[in-house]
Amino acid sequence: MNDNSELKLNNGSRIGVIGGGPAGSFFSHFLLRQARLMDMDLHVDIYESRDFLSAGPKGCNMCAGVISESLVQALSIEGINLPTSVVQRGIDSYVMHSETETVTIRTPSEEMRIATVHRGSGPKGIRETRWKSFDRHLLEIAIETGANLVSRRVKGISLSDGKPLICAKEGEAQVYDLLVGATGINSPSLSLFENLGIGYKRPSTRKTSITELPLGLDAVSEKFGSSMHVFLLDLEGLDFAAFIPKGEFVTMCLIGDGVSRETVDSFLDHPSVKHLLPNARSAAAEACHCSPNISLGDAANPFGDRVVMIGDSGVSRLNKDGVGSAYRTAKAAAKTAIFEGISSDDFRKHYWPICRKISRDNRLGSLIFTTVNMMKGAQFSVRGSLRMCQKEQLKQGGQRRMSMVFWDMFTGSAPYREVFMRTLHPFFFSRLAWEVAMGFRFAGDGGSMVRRELWK
Amino acid sequence: MEIGALGKSYCDGETIIGQGEAGDCMYVIQEGKAEVIRESEGKEVRLSTLGKGDVFGEMSLFMREARSATVRAIGDTRVLTIDKKTFMRRVNEDPSFAFRILQEMACRIRKLDSDLVDLITRP
Repeated sequence: MNDNSELKLNNGSRIGVIGGGPAGSFFSHFLLRQARLMDMDLHVDIYESRDFLSAGPKGCNMCAGVISESLVQALSIEGINLPTSVVQRGIDSYVMHSETETVTIRTPSEEMRIATVHRGSGPKGIRETRWKSFDRHLLEIAIETGANLVSRRVKGISLSDGKPLICAKEGEAQVYDLLVGATGINSPSLSLFENLGIGYKRPSTRKTSITELPLGLDAVSEKFGSSMHVFLLDLEGLDFAAFIPKGEFVTMCLIGDGVSRETVDSFLDHPSVKHLLPNARSAAAEACHCSPNISLGDAANPFGDRVVMIGDSGVSRLNKDGVGSAYRTAKAAAKTAIFEGISSDDFRKHYWPICRKISRDNRLGSLIFTTVNMMKGAQFSVRGSLRMCQKEQLKQGGQRRMSMVFWDMFTGSAPYREVFMRTLHPFFFSRLAWEVAMGFRFAGDGGSMVRRELWK
Repeated sequence: MEIGALGKSYCDGETIIGQGEAGDCMYVIQEGKAEVIRESEGKEVRLSTLGKGDVFGEMSLFMREARSATVRAIGDTRVLTIDKKTFMRRVNEDPSFAFRILQEMACRIRKLDSDLVDLITRP
Protein backbone atom coordinates (compact mmCIF):
# COMPACT_ATOMS: atom_id res chain seq x y z
CA MET A 1 0.00 0.00 0.00
CA ASN A 2 1.38 3.41 -0.97
CA ASP A 3 1.46 6.33 1.41
CA ASN A 4 -0.37 9.14 -0.44
CA SER A 5 2.32 11.69 0.50
CA GLU A 6 4.83 9.59 -1.48
CA LEU A 7 2.65 9.52 -4.54
CA LYS A 8 4.09 12.65 -6.17
CA LEU A 9 6.67 13.12 -8.88
CA ASN A 10 9.90 14.71 -7.69
CA ASN A 11 13.28 15.61 -9.14
CA GLY A 12 14.75 12.45 -10.64
CA SER A 13 11.44 10.53 -10.74
CA ARG A 14 11.33 7.82 -13.41
CA ILE A 15 8.38 7.40 -15.76
CA GLY A 16 7.88 4.41 -18.07
CA VAL A 17 5.55 4.93 -21.03
CA ILE A 18 4.49 1.80 -22.95
CA GLY A 19 3.64 2.78 -26.53
CA GLY A 20 5.29 5.40 -28.72
CA GLY A 21 2.23 6.33 -30.78
CA PRO A 22 0.59 9.77 -30.53
CA ALA A 23 -0.71 9.23 -26.95
CA GLY A 24 2.70 8.16 -25.59
CA SER A 25 4.58 10.91 -27.45
CA PHE A 26 2.10 13.64 -26.45
CA PHE A 27 2.21 12.49 -22.82
CA SER A 28 6.02 12.46 -22.69
CA HIS A 29 6.30 15.84 -24.45
CA PHE A 30 3.77 17.62 -22.21
CA LEU A 31 5.02 15.95 -19.02
CA LEU A 32 8.61 17.05 -19.67
CA ARG A 33 7.54 20.52 -20.80
CA GLN A 34 5.43 21.09 -17.69
CA ALA A 35 8.13 19.58 -15.44
CA ARG A 36 10.54 22.19 -16.82
CA LEU A 37 8.10 24.95 -15.88
CA MET A 38 8.16 23.57 -12.32
CA ASP A 39 12.00 23.25 -12.33
CA MET A 40 11.68 19.49 -12.10
CA ASP A 41 14.05 17.06 -13.80
CA LEU A 42 12.37 13.79 -14.81
CA HIS A 43 13.54 10.63 -16.56
CA VAL A 44 11.06 9.39 -19.20
CA ASP A 45 11.48 6.10 -21.11
CA ILE A 46 9.16 5.40 -24.06
CA TYR A 47 8.95 1.68 -24.90
CA GLU A 48 8.16 1.21 -28.59
CA SER A 49 9.30 -1.81 -30.56
CA ARG A 50 7.64 -0.74 -33.80
CA ASP A 51 9.92 0.99 -36.30
CA PHE A 52 7.87 3.83 -37.79
CA LEU A 53 10.53 4.29 -40.46
CA SER A 54 9.58 0.92 -42.00
CA ALA A 55 6.91 0.70 -44.69
CA GLY A 56 3.96 -1.69 -44.35
CA PRO A 57 2.51 -3.26 -41.19
CA LYS A 58 5.91 -3.23 -39.38
CA GLY A 59 5.80 0.55 -39.06
CA CYS A 60 2.09 1.28 -39.05
CA ASN A 61 -0.37 1.85 -36.21
CA MET A 62 -3.36 1.04 -38.44
CA CYS A 63 -5.56 4.10 -38.66
CA ALA A 64 -7.36 6.15 -41.33
CA GLY A 65 -4.84 8.96 -40.73
CA VAL A 66 -7.01 12.07 -40.52
CA ILE A 67 -5.96 14.89 -38.19
CA SER A 68 -9.05 16.91 -37.34
CA GLU A 69 -9.49 20.63 -37.85
CA SER A 70 -9.63 21.30 -34.10
CA LEU A 71 -6.48 19.25 -33.44
CA VAL A 72 -4.50 20.93 -36.24
CA GLN A 73 -5.35 24.28 -34.63
CA ALA A 74 -4.58 23.08 -31.08
CA LEU A 75 -1.20 21.60 -32.06
CA SER A 76 -0.31 24.80 -33.87
CA ILE A 77 -0.90 26.83 -30.67
CA GLU A 78 1.08 24.24 -28.67
CA GLY A 79 4.03 24.84 -31.00
CA ILE A 80 3.74 21.41 -32.63
CA ASN A 81 4.02 22.13 -36.32
CA LEU A 82 2.79 19.67 -38.93
CA PRO A 83 5.18 20.23 -41.86
CA THR A 84 4.58 19.39 -45.52
CA SER A 85 7.08 16.55 -45.13
CA VAL A 86 4.53 14.83 -42.83
CA VAL A 87 1.14 16.07 -44.05
CA GLN A 88 0.36 14.28 -47.31
CA ARG A 89 -2.63 16.41 -48.22
CA GLY A 90 -4.46 19.40 -46.75
CA ILE A 91 -8.24 18.97 -46.83
CA ASP A 92 -10.70 21.84 -47.19
CA SER A 93 -13.90 20.10 -48.22
CA TYR A 94 -16.03 16.99 -47.86
CA VAL A 95 -17.99 15.41 -50.69
CA MET A 96 -21.00 13.48 -49.43
CA HIS A 97 -22.50 10.69 -51.51
CA SER A 98 -25.89 9.11 -50.98
CA GLU A 99 -27.46 6.44 -53.17
CA THR A 100 -28.24 9.04 -55.84
CA GLU A 101 -26.85 12.44 -54.88
CA THR A 102 -23.54 14.15 -54.32
CA VAL A 103 -23.00 17.32 -52.32
CA THR A 104 -19.77 19.16 -51.58
CA ILE A 105 -19.42 20.85 -48.22
CA ARG A 106 -16.62 23.38 -48.02
CA THR A 107 -14.84 24.38 -44.85
CA PRO A 108 -16.35 27.57 -43.40
CA SER A 109 -12.87 29.17 -43.31
CA GLU A 110 -12.00 28.14 -46.89
CA GLU A 111 -8.64 27.03 -45.60
CA MET A 112 -6.72 23.73 -45.49
CA ARG A 113 -7.15 22.83 -41.85
CA ILE A 114 -7.56 19.07 -41.95
CA ALA A 115 -4.43 16.98 -42.48
CA THR A 116 -4.17 13.49 -43.91
CA VAL A 117 -1.11 11.47 -42.93
CA HIS A 118 0.32 7.98 -42.88
CA ARG A 119 0.91 6.77 -39.34
CA GLY A 120 3.89 4.73 -40.54
CA SER A 121 6.15 5.24 -43.53
CA GLY A 122 3.55 4.11 -46.05
CA PRO A 123 1.77 0.95 -47.20
CA LYS A 124 3.63 -2.29 -47.96
CA GLY A 125 5.38 -2.35 -51.30
CA ILE A 126 5.97 1.40 -51.40
CA ARG A 127 9.24 2.04 -53.27
CA GLU A 128 10.06 5.57 -52.29
CA THR A 129 8.95 7.28 -49.09
CA ARG A 130 8.26 10.91 -49.90
CA TRP A 131 6.46 11.64 -46.65
CA LYS A 132 7.57 11.03 -43.11
CA SER A 133 5.59 8.92 -40.65
CA PHE A 134 3.25 11.00 -38.46
CA ASP A 135 3.94 8.81 -35.42
CA ARG A 136 7.70 9.12 -35.97
CA HIS A 137 7.35 12.91 -36.24
CA LEU A 138 5.61 13.10 -32.84
CA LEU A 139 8.05 10.61 -31.31
CA GLU A 140 10.97 12.78 -32.44
CA ILE A 141 9.33 15.81 -30.82
CA ALA A 142 9.07 13.85 -27.53
CA ILE A 143 12.73 12.79 -27.86
CA GLU A 144 13.78 16.41 -28.53
CA THR A 145 11.94 17.41 -25.34
CA GLY A 146 14.06 14.88 -23.44
CA ALA A 147 12.38 11.47 -23.55
CA ASN A 148 14.43 8.29 -24.16
CA LEU A 149 13.30 5.77 -26.74
CA VAL A 150 13.64 2.13 -25.71
CA SER A 151 13.18 0.12 -28.92
CA ARG A 152 12.36 -3.18 -27.23
CA ARG A 153 9.17 -5.18 -26.86
CA VAL A 154 7.71 -5.17 -23.35
CA LYS A 155 7.18 -8.74 -22.16
CA GLY A 156 5.95 -8.11 -18.64
CA ILE A 157 4.80 -5.47 -16.17
CA SER A 158 4.17 -5.83 -12.45
CA LEU A 159 3.92 -3.90 -9.22
CA SER A 160 6.69 -4.53 -6.72
CA ASP A 161 6.38 -2.82 -3.31
CA GLY A 162 3.77 -0.59 -4.94
CA LYS A 163 6.16 0.56 -7.70
CA PRO A 164 5.73 -0.41 -11.37
CA LEU A 165 8.28 -2.71 -12.94
CA ILE A 166 8.74 -3.00 -16.70
CA CYS A 167 10.46 -6.04 -18.10
CA ALA A 168 11.48 -5.67 -21.74
CA LYS A 169 12.91 -8.28 -24.09
CA GLU A 170 16.72 -8.52 -23.82
CA GLY A 171 16.89 -6.14 -20.92
CA GLU A 172 16.80 -5.96 -17.13
CA ALA A 173 13.57 -5.11 -15.34
CA GLN A 174 13.34 -1.37 -14.68
CA VAL A 175 11.60 0.21 -11.70
CA TYR A 176 9.51 3.34 -12.29
CA ASP A 177 7.59 5.84 -10.20
CA LEU A 178 4.81 6.05 -12.78
CA LEU A 179 3.67 3.61 -15.47
CA VAL A 180 1.73 4.96 -18.45
CA GLY A 181 -0.25 2.70 -20.81
CA ALA A 182 -0.40 4.18 -24.29
CA THR A 183 -0.58 0.96 -26.25
CA GLY A 184 -3.65 1.73 -28.33
CA ILE A 185 -6.47 -0.77 -28.68
CA ASN A 186 -4.81 -3.25 -31.05
CA SER A 187 -1.76 -4.18 -29.00
CA PRO A 188 -1.25 -7.51 -27.20
CA SER A 189 0.35 -5.46 -24.36
CA LEU A 190 -3.16 -4.47 -23.22
CA SER A 191 -3.56 -7.84 -21.52
CA LEU A 192 -0.46 -7.04 -19.41
CA PHE A 193 -2.38 -4.09 -17.94
CA GLU A 194 -5.52 -6.20 -17.46
CA ASN A 195 -3.44 -8.62 -15.37
CA LEU A 196 -1.71 -5.89 -13.35
CA GLY A 197 -4.27 -6.00 -10.55
CA ILE A 198 -5.69 -2.46 -10.79
CA GLY A 199 -9.02 -3.67 -12.22
CA TYR A 200 -8.31 -2.30 -15.71
CA LYS A 201 -10.45 -3.69 -18.51
CA ARG A 202 -10.03 -2.66 -22.15
CA PRO A 203 -12.85 -0.81 -23.97
CA SER A 204 -15.21 -2.77 -26.18
CA THR A 205 -14.31 -2.61 -29.87
CA ARG A 206 -15.51 -3.24 -33.37
CA LYS A 207 -13.64 -4.01 -36.56
CA THR A 208 -12.99 -1.55 -39.35
CA SER A 209 -11.57 -2.08 -42.78
CA ILE A 210 -8.71 0.06 -44.06
CA THR A 211 -7.26 -0.31 -47.57
CA GLU A 212 -4.56 1.85 -49.14
CA LEU A 213 -5.41 2.21 -52.84
CA PRO A 214 -2.26 2.93 -54.89
CA LEU A 215 -3.59 5.39 -57.48
CA GLY A 216 -0.55 7.62 -58.00
CA LEU A 217 -0.03 11.30 -57.17
CA ASP A 218 -1.55 12.78 -60.35
CA ALA A 219 -4.65 10.58 -60.30
CA VAL A 220 -5.29 11.32 -56.60
CA SER A 221 -4.91 15.07 -57.21
CA GLU A 222 -7.09 15.04 -60.31
CA LYS A 223 -9.87 12.88 -58.86
CA PHE A 224 -9.93 14.03 -55.25
CA GLY A 225 -8.06 17.36 -55.06
CA SER A 226 -8.34 18.52 -51.45
CA SER A 227 -11.65 16.76 -50.73
CA MET A 228 -12.49 13.73 -48.64
CA HIS A 229 -15.42 11.63 -49.87
CA VAL A 230 -17.95 10.23 -47.41
CA PHE A 231 -20.61 7.68 -48.36
CA LEU A 232 -24.00 7.30 -46.68
CA LEU A 233 -25.12 4.14 -48.41
CA ASP A 234 -27.76 1.67 -47.31
CA LEU A 235 -25.46 -1.38 -47.22
CA GLU A 236 -25.78 -4.08 -44.61
CA GLY A 237 -23.20 -3.87 -41.81
CA LEU A 238 -21.84 -0.51 -42.96
CA ASP A 239 -22.35 2.69 -40.95
CA PHE A 240 -20.30 4.87 -43.22
CA ALA A 241 -17.37 4.74 -45.57
CA ALA A 242 -14.79 7.28 -46.68
CA PHE A 243 -12.11 7.80 -49.30
CA ILE A 244 -9.28 9.80 -47.75
CA PRO A 245 -6.81 11.21 -50.28
CA LYS A 246 -3.15 11.12 -49.27
CA GLY A 247 -0.09 11.71 -51.47
CA GLU A 248 0.06 8.79 -53.89
CA PHE A 249 -2.59 6.70 -52.13
CA VAL A 250 -6.24 6.97 -51.23
CA THR A 251 -7.20 5.36 -47.94
CA MET A 252 -10.53 3.53 -48.11
CA CYS A 253 -12.02 3.31 -44.63
CA LEU A 254 -15.19 1.35 -43.82
CA ILE A 255 -16.81 1.47 -40.39
CA GLY A 256 -19.76 -0.62 -39.24
CA ASP A 257 -20.86 -3.37 -36.91
CA GLY A 258 -20.38 -6.13 -39.40
CA VAL A 259 -17.72 -4.99 -41.86
CA SER A 260 -16.58 -8.14 -43.66
CA ARG A 261 -14.97 -9.01 -47.00
CA GLU A 262 -18.51 -9.11 -48.47
CA THR A 263 -19.25 -5.59 -47.15
CA VAL A 264 -16.07 -4.30 -48.80
CA ASP A 265 -17.00 -5.99 -52.09
CA SER A 266 -20.56 -4.68 -52.08
CA PHE A 267 -19.26 -1.19 -51.32
CA LEU A 268 -16.75 -1.33 -54.19
CA ASP A 269 -19.48 -2.58 -56.54
CA HIS A 270 -21.94 0.13 -55.54
CA PRO A 271 -22.79 2.52 -58.42
CA SER A 272 -21.90 5.60 -56.30
CA VAL A 273 -18.41 4.23 -55.72
CA LYS A 274 -17.96 3.04 -59.31
CA HIS A 275 -19.05 6.46 -60.55
CA LEU A 276 -16.27 8.11 -58.54
CA LEU A 277 -13.61 5.46 -58.90
CA PRO A 278 -14.33 2.94 -61.68
CA ASN A 279 -11.08 1.04 -61.02
CA ALA A 280 -11.48 0.84 -57.22
CA ARG A 281 -11.98 -2.94 -57.19
CA SER A 282 -8.87 -3.72 -59.19
CA ALA A 283 -6.85 -1.18 -57.16
CA ALA A 284 -8.05 -2.81 -53.93
CA ALA A 285 -7.18 -6.34 -55.04
CA GLU A 286 -3.45 -6.13 -54.33
CA ALA A 287 -3.51 -3.17 -51.94
CA CYS A 288 -2.16 -3.01 -48.39
CA HIS A 289 -5.13 -3.84 -46.17
CA CYS A 290 -5.82 -4.17 -42.46
CA SER A 291 -8.83 -4.70 -40.20
CA PRO A 292 -7.98 -2.93 -36.95
CA ASN A 293 -10.32 -2.59 -33.99
CA ILE A 294 -11.62 0.81 -32.99
CA SER A 295 -12.79 1.67 -29.54
CA LEU A 296 -16.53 1.72 -28.88
CA GLY A 297 -16.66 2.53 -25.21
CA ASP A 298 -14.65 3.32 -22.11
CA ALA A 299 -12.02 1.25 -20.39
CA ALA A 300 -12.89 0.18 -16.84
CA ASN A 301 -10.56 1.59 -14.16
CA PRO A 302 -8.02 3.22 -16.49
CA PHE A 303 -5.85 4.29 -13.56
CA GLY A 304 -4.54 3.17 -10.21
CA ASP A 305 -1.77 4.23 -7.83
CA ARG A 306 1.23 5.00 -10.10
CA VAL A 307 -0.56 3.74 -13.23
CA VAL A 308 -2.60 5.56 -15.88
CA MET A 309 -3.99 4.51 -19.28
CA ILE A 310 -4.29 7.13 -22.01
CA GLY A 311 -5.46 7.41 -25.63
CA ASP A 312 -7.44 4.55 -27.17
CA SER A 313 -6.53 2.20 -24.32
CA GLY A 314 -8.41 4.57 -21.98
CA VAL A 315 -11.24 6.61 -23.46
CA SER A 316 -11.55 7.78 -27.06
CA ARG A 317 -14.08 9.67 -29.20
CA LEU A 318 -16.60 7.50 -31.01
CA ASN A 319 -15.68 6.88 -34.67
CA LYS A 320 -13.67 10.13 -34.97
CA ASP A 321 -10.58 12.00 -33.99
CA GLY A 322 -8.67 9.23 -32.20
CA VAL A 323 -5.48 11.29 -32.33
CA GLY A 324 -7.41 14.23 -30.86
CA SER A 325 -8.53 12.04 -27.94
CA ALA A 326 -4.93 10.88 -27.49
CA TYR A 327 -3.85 14.54 -27.25
CA ARG A 328 -6.56 15.46 -24.72
CA THR A 329 -6.15 12.44 -22.44
CA ALA A 330 -2.33 12.51 -22.64
CA LYS A 331 -2.16 16.17 -21.67
CA ALA A 332 -4.71 15.76 -18.86
CA ALA A 333 -2.74 12.79 -17.44
CA ALA A 334 0.58 14.68 -17.71
CA LYS A 335 -0.89 17.75 -15.96
CA THR A 336 -2.30 15.57 -13.18
CA ALA A 337 1.04 13.81 -12.67
CA ILE A 338 2.99 17.09 -12.47
CA PHE A 339 0.62 19.39 -10.59
CA GLU A 340 -1.52 17.02 -8.50
CA GLY A 341 0.08 13.62 -7.95
CA ILE A 342 0.13 10.05 -9.20
CA SER A 343 -2.26 8.31 -6.81
CA SER A 344 -5.48 6.69 -7.94
CA ASP A 345 -7.35 9.52 -6.16
CA ASP A 346 -5.38 12.19 -8.04
CA PHE A 347 -6.19 10.60 -11.39
CA ARG A 348 -9.84 10.16 -10.37
CA LYS A 349 -10.20 13.82 -9.39
CA HIS A 350 -8.14 15.47 -12.12
CA TYR A 351 -7.76 13.05 -15.04
CA TRP A 352 -11.03 11.14 -15.05
CA PRO A 353 -13.25 14.26 -15.61
CA ILE A 354 -11.72 14.68 -19.10
CA CYS A 355 -12.35 11.00 -19.89
CA ARG A 356 -15.90 11.32 -18.56
CA LYS A 357 -16.49 14.39 -20.72
CA ILE A 358 -15.42 12.44 -23.83
CA SER A 359 -17.50 9.48 -22.72
CA ARG A 360 -20.69 11.54 -22.16
CA ASP A 361 -20.19 13.22 -25.51
CA ASN A 362 -19.90 9.76 -27.13
CA ARG A 363 -23.41 8.91 -25.89
CA LEU A 364 -24.79 11.80 -27.92
CA GLY A 365 -22.51 10.76 -30.80
CA SER A 366 -23.99 7.30 -30.66
CA LEU A 367 -27.49 8.78 -30.83
CA ILE A 368 -26.52 10.90 -33.84
CA PHE A 369 -24.97 7.94 -35.71
CA THR A 370 -28.02 5.79 -34.91
CA THR A 371 -30.28 8.50 -36.37
CA VAL A 372 -28.12 8.75 -39.50
CA ASN A 373 -28.26 4.96 -39.88
CA MET A 374 -32.03 5.03 -39.63
CA MET A 375 -32.15 7.81 -42.22
CA LYS A 376 -29.99 5.73 -44.58
CA GLY A 377 -32.74 3.11 -44.59
CA ALA A 378 -35.14 5.76 -45.93
CA GLN A 379 -33.11 7.38 -48.69
CA PHE A 380 -35.70 10.14 -49.23
CA SER A 381 -34.63 11.57 -45.83
CA VAL A 382 -30.94 11.48 -46.85
CA ARG A 383 -31.97 13.16 -50.09
CA GLY A 384 -33.83 15.83 -48.10
CA SER A 385 -30.78 16.46 -45.88
CA LEU A 386 -28.47 16.76 -48.88
CA ARG A 387 -30.92 19.11 -50.63
CA MET A 388 -30.84 21.31 -47.54
CA CYS A 389 -27.04 21.24 -47.59
CA GLN A 390 -26.95 22.05 -51.28
CA LYS A 391 -29.17 25.11 -50.90
CA GLU A 392 -27.09 26.39 -48.00
CA GLN A 393 -23.88 25.97 -49.98
CA LEU A 394 -25.29 27.81 -52.99
CA LYS A 395 -26.46 30.74 -50.90
CA GLN A 396 -23.94 33.46 -50.09
CA GLY A 397 -23.87 34.16 -46.33
CA GLY A 398 -26.70 33.09 -44.06
CA GLN A 399 -26.81 30.18 -41.62
CA ARG A 400 -25.48 26.85 -42.87
CA ARG A 401 -27.14 24.69 -40.28
CA MET A 402 -27.21 21.31 -42.04
CA SER A 403 -23.79 21.86 -43.65
CA MET A 404 -22.29 22.55 -40.24
CA VAL A 405 -23.98 19.49 -38.72
CA PHE A 406 -22.49 17.25 -41.42
CA TRP A 407 -19.14 19.08 -41.36
CA ASP A 408 -18.68 18.74 -37.60
CA MET A 409 -20.00 15.20 -37.56
CA PHE A 410 -17.65 13.89 -40.23
CA THR A 411 -14.60 16.03 -39.46
CA GLY A 412 -14.81 15.59 -35.69
CA SER A 413 -14.20 19.34 -35.39
CA ALA A 414 -16.78 19.95 -32.67
CA PRO A 415 -18.09 17.87 -29.76
CA TYR A 416 -21.12 15.71 -30.58
CA ARG A 417 -23.06 17.73 -28.01
CA GLU A 418 -22.66 20.84 -30.16
CA VAL A 419 -23.75 18.94 -33.26
CA PHE A 420 -26.78 17.59 -31.39
CA MET A 421 -27.77 21.01 -30.03
CA ARG A 422 -27.68 22.45 -33.55
CA THR A 423 -30.22 19.90 -34.70
CA LEU A 424 -32.64 21.05 -31.99
CA HIS A 425 -32.93 24.55 -33.45
CA PRO A 426 -36.54 25.14 -34.65
CA PHE A 427 -35.36 26.57 -38.02
CA PHE A 428 -33.18 23.50 -38.58
CA PHE A 429 -36.02 21.16 -37.80
CA SER A 430 -38.68 22.91 -39.88
CA ARG A 431 -36.32 23.31 -42.88
CA LEU A 432 -35.30 19.64 -42.69
CA ALA A 433 -38.93 18.52 -42.43
CA TRP A 434 -39.73 20.53 -45.59
CA GLU A 435 -36.76 19.16 -47.54
CA VAL A 436 -37.47 15.57 -46.43
CA ALA A 437 -41.08 16.00 -47.57
CA MET A 438 -39.77 17.21 -50.93
CA GLY A 439 -37.32 14.30 -51.00
CA PHE A 440 -40.21 11.89 -50.42
CA ARG A 441 -42.34 13.54 -53.09
CA PHE A 442 -39.58 13.19 -55.69
CA ALA A 443 -38.42 9.80 -54.45
CA GLY A 444 -39.20 8.21 -57.79
CA ASP A 445 -36.60 10.40 -59.50
CA GLY A 446 -33.76 8.56 -57.82
CA GLY A 447 -34.80 5.15 -59.04
CA SER A 448 -32.84 5.44 -62.24
CA MET A 449 -29.61 5.83 -60.19
CA VAL A 450 -28.69 8.90 -62.18
CA ARG A 451 -26.03 10.71 -60.20
CA ARG A 452 -26.90 14.33 -59.77
CA GLU A 453 -24.13 16.70 -58.95
CA LEU A 454 -26.02 19.08 -56.72
CA TRP A 455 -23.09 21.29 -55.97
CA LYS A 456 -19.54 21.37 -57.13
CA MET B 1 0.84 25.70 -52.56
CA GLU B 2 2.17 22.22 -51.82
CA ILE B 3 -0.51 19.54 -51.45
CA GLY B 4 0.39 18.95 -47.80
CA ALA B 5 0.48 22.62 -46.86
CA LEU B 6 -1.99 23.57 -44.14
CA GLY B 7 -3.53 27.03 -43.78
CA LYS B 8 -3.81 29.75 -46.40
CA SER B 9 -1.07 31.24 -48.59
CA TYR B 10 -0.39 34.95 -49.05
CA CYS B 11 1.86 36.64 -51.62
CA ASP B 12 4.52 39.24 -50.86
CA GLY B 13 2.86 42.46 -49.62
CA GLU B 14 -0.61 40.92 -49.30
CA THR B 15 -2.57 42.01 -46.24
CA ILE B 16 -3.47 39.19 -43.86
CA ILE B 17 -5.37 41.38 -41.40
CA GLY B 18 -6.03 45.11 -41.67
CA GLN B 19 -5.90 47.72 -38.93
CA GLY B 20 -9.41 48.76 -37.90
CA GLU B 21 -11.07 45.59 -39.18
CA ALA B 22 -13.28 43.51 -36.92
CA GLY B 23 -11.89 40.08 -36.15
CA ASP B 24 -12.63 37.05 -34.03
CA CYS B 25 -9.76 34.75 -34.85
CA MET B 26 -6.00 34.59 -34.40
CA TYR B 27 -3.24 33.27 -36.64
CA VAL B 28 -0.11 31.14 -36.48
CA ILE B 29 2.58 31.53 -39.14
CA GLN B 30 3.33 28.11 -40.67
CA GLU B 31 5.89 29.23 -43.25
CA GLY B 32 7.53 32.55 -44.20
CA LYS B 33 7.48 35.98 -42.56
CA ALA B 34 5.08 38.85 -41.94
CA GLU B 35 5.41 42.46 -40.80
CA VAL B 36 3.23 44.19 -38.21
CA ILE B 37 2.42 47.75 -39.25
CA ARG B 38 0.65 50.52 -37.38
CA GLU B 39 -0.82 53.32 -39.45
CA SER B 40 -0.98 56.73 -37.82
CA GLU B 41 -1.65 60.12 -39.43
CA GLY B 42 -1.11 58.68 -42.88
CA LYS B 43 2.25 57.18 -41.99
CA GLU B 44 3.13 53.52 -41.59
CA VAL B 45 5.35 52.39 -38.74
CA ARG B 46 6.72 48.85 -38.72
CA LEU B 47 6.31 47.50 -35.18
CA SER B 48 7.86 44.09 -35.65
CA THR B 49 8.60 41.22 -37.97
CA LEU B 50 7.10 37.81 -37.31
CA GLY B 51 8.40 34.40 -38.39
CA LYS B 52 7.48 30.71 -38.43
CA GLY B 53 5.53 29.66 -35.33
CA ASP B 54 4.71 33.23 -34.26
CA VAL B 55 1.16 34.06 -33.25
CA PHE B 56 -0.72 37.26 -34.10
CA GLY B 57 -4.24 38.65 -33.91
CA GLU B 58 -4.77 37.15 -30.45
CA MET B 59 -5.81 40.48 -28.90
CA SER B 60 -9.16 40.36 -30.68
CA LEU B 61 -9.89 37.06 -28.93
CA PHE B 62 -9.78 38.75 -25.55
CA MET B 63 -11.00 42.28 -26.39
CA ARG B 64 -13.99 43.16 -28.53
CA GLU B 65 -12.08 45.83 -30.39
CA ALA B 66 -10.99 46.34 -33.97
CA ARG B 67 -7.58 45.06 -35.11
CA SER B 68 -4.92 47.38 -33.71
CA ALA B 69 -2.43 46.86 -36.54
CA THR B 70 -2.07 45.60 -40.09
CA VAL B 71 -0.14 42.37 -40.74
CA ARG B 72 1.33 41.91 -44.23
CA ALA B 73 3.14 39.00 -45.79
CA ILE B 74 6.86 39.38 -46.53
CA GLY B 75 7.50 37.04 -49.45
CA ASP B 76 5.34 33.94 -49.75
CA THR B 77 3.77 33.29 -46.37
CA ARG B 78 1.48 30.57 -45.13
CA VAL B 79 -0.78 31.19 -42.15
CA LEU B 80 -3.18 28.99 -40.15
CA THR B 81 -6.33 30.58 -38.73
CA ILE B 82 -7.38 29.70 -35.18
CA ASP B 83 -11.08 30.13 -34.46
CA LYS B 84 -12.09 31.92 -31.28
CA LYS B 85 -14.50 29.08 -30.44
CA THR B 86 -11.83 26.38 -30.84
CA PHE B 87 -9.36 28.37 -28.74
CA MET B 88 -11.84 29.16 -25.94
CA ARG B 89 -13.14 25.58 -25.85
CA ARG B 90 -9.61 24.29 -25.32
CA VAL B 91 -8.74 26.93 -22.69
CA ASN B 92 -11.92 26.02 -20.83
CA GLU B 93 -10.89 22.34 -20.73
CA ASP B 94 -7.20 23.00 -20.19
CA PRO B 95 -6.13 26.46 -18.96
CA SER B 96 -2.45 25.59 -19.60
CA PHE B 97 -3.33 25.76 -23.30
CA ALA B 98 -2.99 29.55 -23.00
CA PHE B 99 0.64 29.33 -21.68
CA ARG B 100 2.14 29.93 -25.09
CA ILE B 101 -0.02 33.00 -25.73
CA LEU B 102 0.99 34.33 -22.29
CA GLN B 103 4.65 33.75 -23.15
CA GLU B 104 4.25 35.61 -26.47
CA MET B 105 2.52 38.50 -24.73
CA ALA B 106 5.21 38.62 -22.02
CA CYS B 107 7.91 38.81 -24.74
CA ARG B 108 6.05 41.66 -26.42
CA ILE B 109 5.73 43.62 -23.15
CA ARG B 110 9.45 43.14 -22.53
CA LYS B 111 10.24 44.42 -26.03
CA LEU B 112 7.90 47.39 -25.58
CA ASP B 113 9.60 48.26 -22.27
CA SER B 114 12.97 48.11 -23.95
CA ASP B 115 11.78 50.26 -26.90
CA LEU B 116 10.29 52.79 -24.46
CA VAL B 117 13.53 53.08 -22.53
CA ASP B 118 15.45 53.54 -25.80
CA LEU B 119 13.04 56.29 -26.85
CA ILE B 120 13.27 58.15 -23.52
CA THR B 121 17.05 57.89 -23.16
CA ARG B 122 17.80 58.67 -26.82
CA PRO B 123 19.65 62.00 -26.97
